[in-house]
Amino acid sequence: MSSNVASLYSEKVMDHFRNPRNVGEIANPDGIGHVGNPTCGDIMELYIKVNDDIITNAKFKTFGCGAAIATSSMVTELVKGKSIKEALEISNQAVAEALGGLPPIKMHCSILAEEALKSAIDDYSAKKKMLEEQR
Amino acid sequence: MGRIYLDYAATTPTHPDVLKAMLPYFNEDFGNPSTICSYGQEAKGEIGNARTQIANLIGSRDEEIIFTSGGTEADNFAIKGIAFANESKGNHIITSSIEHPAVLETCRFLQKNGFNISFIPVDKQGLVDPDGVRKAITKNTILISIMHANNEIGTIEPIAEISKVAKKAGVYFHTDAIQTAGHIPIDVNELGVDLLSISAHKLYGPKGIGALYIKKGTSLATFMHGGEQEQGRRAGTENVPGIVGFGKAAELIQQEIDDESKRLIYLRDLLLTGILERINHSRLNGHPTMRLPNNANISIDFAEGESMILNLDLEGICAATGSACSSRNLEPSHVLLATGLSQEQAHGSLRFSLGKWTTEDEIKRVLDVLPRIVARLRAMSPLLKNQSKI
Repeated sequence: MSSNVASLYSEKVMDHFRNPRNVGEIANPDGIGHVGNPTCGDIMELYIKVNDDIITNAKFKTFGCGAAIATSSMVTELVKGKSIKEALEISNQAVAEALGGLPPIKMHCSILAEEALKSAIDDYSAKKKMLEEQR
Repeated sequence: MGRIYLDYAATTPTHPDVLKAMLPYFNEDFGNPSTICSYGQEAKGEIGNARTQIANLIGSRDEEIIFTSGGTEADNFAIKGIAFANESKGNHIITSSIEHPAVLETCRFLQKNGFNISFIPVDKQGLVDPDGVRKAITKNTILISIMHANNEIGTIEPIAEISKVAKKAGVYFHTDAIQTAGHIPIDVNELGVDLLSISAHKLYGPKGIGALYIKKGTSLATFMHGGEQEQGRRAGTENVPGIVGFGKAAELIQQEIDDESKRLIYLRDLLLTGILERINHSRLNGHPTMRLPNNANISIDFAEGESMILNLDLEGICAATGSACSSRNLEPSHVLLATGLSQEQAHGSLRFSLGKWTTEDEIKRVLDVLPRIVARLRAMSPLLKNQSKI
């Protein structure tokens, strides 16, 4: 492995970049988050399955740089088994820290991961509210 | 197979013979060329030899070569030098939208200081239209600066045609030849330029040394004030080892320019056609034939550049991308956008630049590795959803 990759990202980031966890989509998800834009080059989609207010599964699809893929992977790992309230408390710093840090210029990727999660939870809450109103 | 270096456009390794030629000038023949004693006079003589070697590479006279600290300085020198020496004649400069930052940022600096700059567009293949340059000329135009070949997409510009336009209008013409010197034949008289920038580390010389060709009679402001080195145009004790190395590198590369460019064109086309055949939704960036022998730039849809570069690096392959997720403004390459690529396409670009030590086996290895990397990244991409079959 060449040294410039090693120095750009932490080992943990490279681990999640090489072997991202939870890649893919969830059939009939309870929430979908969609964030990012083509200008910055990162687009994330995050799917969650929720049971009794607990996030039982999370998956992602990401177009983006090494940090975008690693933060997507990490946020899905962090969120599994958490309650909605706990999940909403996961900050971009927490994602970056769990990855052993990110280069300052790549912190926006962790913000995107946090936003993807929030967007998925918003989607879940909106759907839930709609169902409750229909009852 | 060891690591594979395909980023020769970024920099080249110093040729072993160049390094050997440089070494005595660090601690044996270390004299200051401005001094009278034999140490100094020997160093002065070596600078003269190197100047001849550089002049031979571009078909100029020896005294028209001024050494600089590199290509960026040569570009700054040319543009600011013309601007400051010709302010009384006019304040308008024409350049292209795909220049290297060394030219673009220098022009923007002048823009903030009272000069008008026209950044003229390029076509989809990155070509500057000489007629477009002609139309941009006003009575205030003092300089046209168009690069010889683009560092990202490899397109070679019609410099001889543009210089005719400049000459007819009586406007100075500068070209940044940093990517072309030593790689395609250059004759400053055939090109018809007044100023031409070159750099040593793009042609197997050391970093930190370059040169500006200044046609005799060109009115140019002094760049660095101080001593009388370089005809008083660029003060500072000469970088003697660097200059000696630059001269040697120029001599060596000139000897094999024809054979080497044929060899590189074969390998480049092997790589380009191989990628375009193996990876769907991929396309060539730049001009198909008017391009540098060693440049292969492609865009691959639904796969992001940095991720491809990281994956290639994990396989021991070094290349570059126009995606700029790590650049401060997060914007992709201005060159790719100027050729009409969408943001997504620009983020999915790869530049392979080949060189002296590139082998056919290395190209085959890239062709083996890259499709797998792209398939893996595409499987992860949400952009593919609305595409039927990839």
